[in-house]
Amino acid sequence: MIHLQDIRKVFNAGKPNEFVAIEGVNLAIDSHGAIALKGPSGSGKTTLLSILGCMARPTSGRITLQEREITSLPERFLTEIRRETFGFIFQQFNLIKGITVLENVMLPAYPNAENHASLKKRAMDLLDLLNIGGKALAKVEWLSGGEAQRTAIARALINNPTIIIADEPTAHLDTHLSAEFMEIMRQLKQEGKTILLASHDPIVYESKVIDRIVEMRDGKVVSAGGGP
Amino acid sequence: MKALEKQRNILDFTLSSLGRRKGKNIALVMVYTFVIFLLASVLFFTHSLKKEAALILQDAPAMTVQRLVAGRQDMIPMHYIDSIRQIKGVQSVVPRLWGYYYDALSGANYTLMVNADLNDRAGEIIIGNGVSWRSAPGKRNNQGLQKNDIIPFKTYDGTVLGLKVKGLLPFASELVTADLILVSETDFRKIFAIANDQATDLVLQVRNAKELPTIAAKITQIHPDTRPILRQEILRTYDAVFDWRGGVILMVLAGVFFAFIILAWDKATGLSAEEKREIGILKAIGWETSDILLMKFWEGAAVSLMAFFMGIFLAYLHVFLASSILFAPVLKGWSVLYPHFRLTPYINAYQIATLFFLTVIPYTVATIVPSWRSATIDPDSVMRM
Repeated sequence: MIHLQDIRKVFNAGKPNEFVAIEGVNLAIDSHGAIALKGPSGSGKTTLLSILGCMARPTSGRITLQEREITSLPERFLTEIRRETFGFIFQQFNLIKGITVLENVMLPAYPNAENHASLKKRAMDLLDLLNIGGKALAKVEWLSGGEAQRTAIARALINNPTIIIADEPTAHLDTHLSAEFMEIMRQLKQEGKTILLASHDPIVYESKVIDRIVEMRDGKVVSAGGGP
Repeated sequence: MKALEKQRNILDFTLSSLGRRKGKNIALVMVYTFVIFLLASVLFFTHSLKKEAALILQDAPAMTVQRLVAGRQDMIPMHYIDSIRQIKGVQSVVPRLWGYYYDALSGANYTLMVNADLNDRAGEIIIGNGVSWRSAPGKRNNQGLQKNDIIPFKTYDGTVLGLKVKGLLPFASELVTADLILVSETDFRKIFAIANDQATDLVLQVRNAKELPTIAAKITQIHPDTRPILRQEILRTYDAVFDWRGGVILMVLAGVFFAFIILAWDKATGLSAEEKREIGILKAIGWETSDILLMKFWEGAAVSLMAFFMGIFLAYLHVFLASSILFAPVLKGWSVLYPHFRLTPYINAYQIATLFFLTVIPYTVATIVPSWRSATIDPDSVMRM
């Protein structure tokens, strides 16, 4: 599904503070599975996840998504791919404060020009599915950690993506909420979605949901191996 | 239809975004509205005054002939009438008698003018509204002078001549008739000591308006001591006077206007860290740079359009219903008699459009530019927040 070929990512290239975040990464990711990127802080997990999710371009190397070479696509097309193929769950959830849970969930679909009423209905259905329908009209700053996490998941799912990307999703959650998160990921995997998680939390990479662990260190893949 | 849905969705988000920074946005809309209100008030007011003056002057004679002695206006001999009437194209020549009268009792200057209708009714006058109010400071119930009240006039030799008010001039013409008193010829000559063979000036009607400059040239040729004044020249003077007054007000308001520019510039160009973060999130979840700019465009347009229409509406109420209470003393009148009148609303679409292009458009653009800079950042920056 996604093929990375000799990916290298350099920040501040040519400057005294030049930093190589990823070096010579080759990786093939198949559909319908859950993959965890494991490794200590600074090992390049987030950078690799950004590149996989079309959020950042590699300095060199090639990326193909469903047999299509996307490395050199203009920004506009990358945005479209990002919107239609990926659903993102960020470490801090990154919900937009001051607006309601429902509006936050609908946000990624606004540029699709979908009818407002039908979009609202889909968002409500998702919130009900994640058991926070009752909070739809609440402002996001009033939410508990678990509710904010579910809102972030609903937002990631609104455009019905094939791949879910989550960066350190359990970093701010307690054990119970982390387990709950992994249960939701299991259900999504069962529905046929591909899950890509970056984490150094054992609750994530030791979970039965994970099919494959890619281990990283110092910007390189040290093990692209199989299951836990 | 799809494009409309997209606009609707983004507009929807923009409006709830504006609601989030309520205090800041309300303050901005208020200052913005105030600036538009001041500018629009001045524009409405000067434009309506000019229009009003032009309407009243349209019945004025096409040409007035005065006599100048050593550069100063003097009485014109009646026998000039015959020679001027001989000029080809002149339809009629009528002598006028008028003059300024200082009333020590009320401390005001009045314009006295002879009216042919009063010629067989010596002892009677018709007065403008300003005169009516000014001459009646001691009247009960705070009323102005009414019919049959008497105004005393001091004649040239110091004797007092009491003239009876027989009517008031129509309210609609108050801009130019506030200080006017119409008298009979006999009374006028009595007050000012003017000989029977003299008049203040002559008014001419001509058959063809295009011949006016030629006729004026011929008059000065026959009588080198005369000065013909055309109606067009009077209109031009009025325009210049009102433009000049409007300019004075605008100069005073320039400070307010610049303060607003600084405020708007600061608000529009400086994106807060929170706003930058939001732009990053929107990009990460799939918004294109153009979608973010569209959102910022709606944001700027919503603020400035709201302020623009509120400002115009308040200015309309201020000028046409509240008689421009804020700056009427500067814009109207030049003597102690301020005309009290309500202007007929005249709005010039060109002026509104100018105001729109000078305020709404720059503000909206100023909102988009900084967002454009933020919207072009890499979406992955949000992964590191």
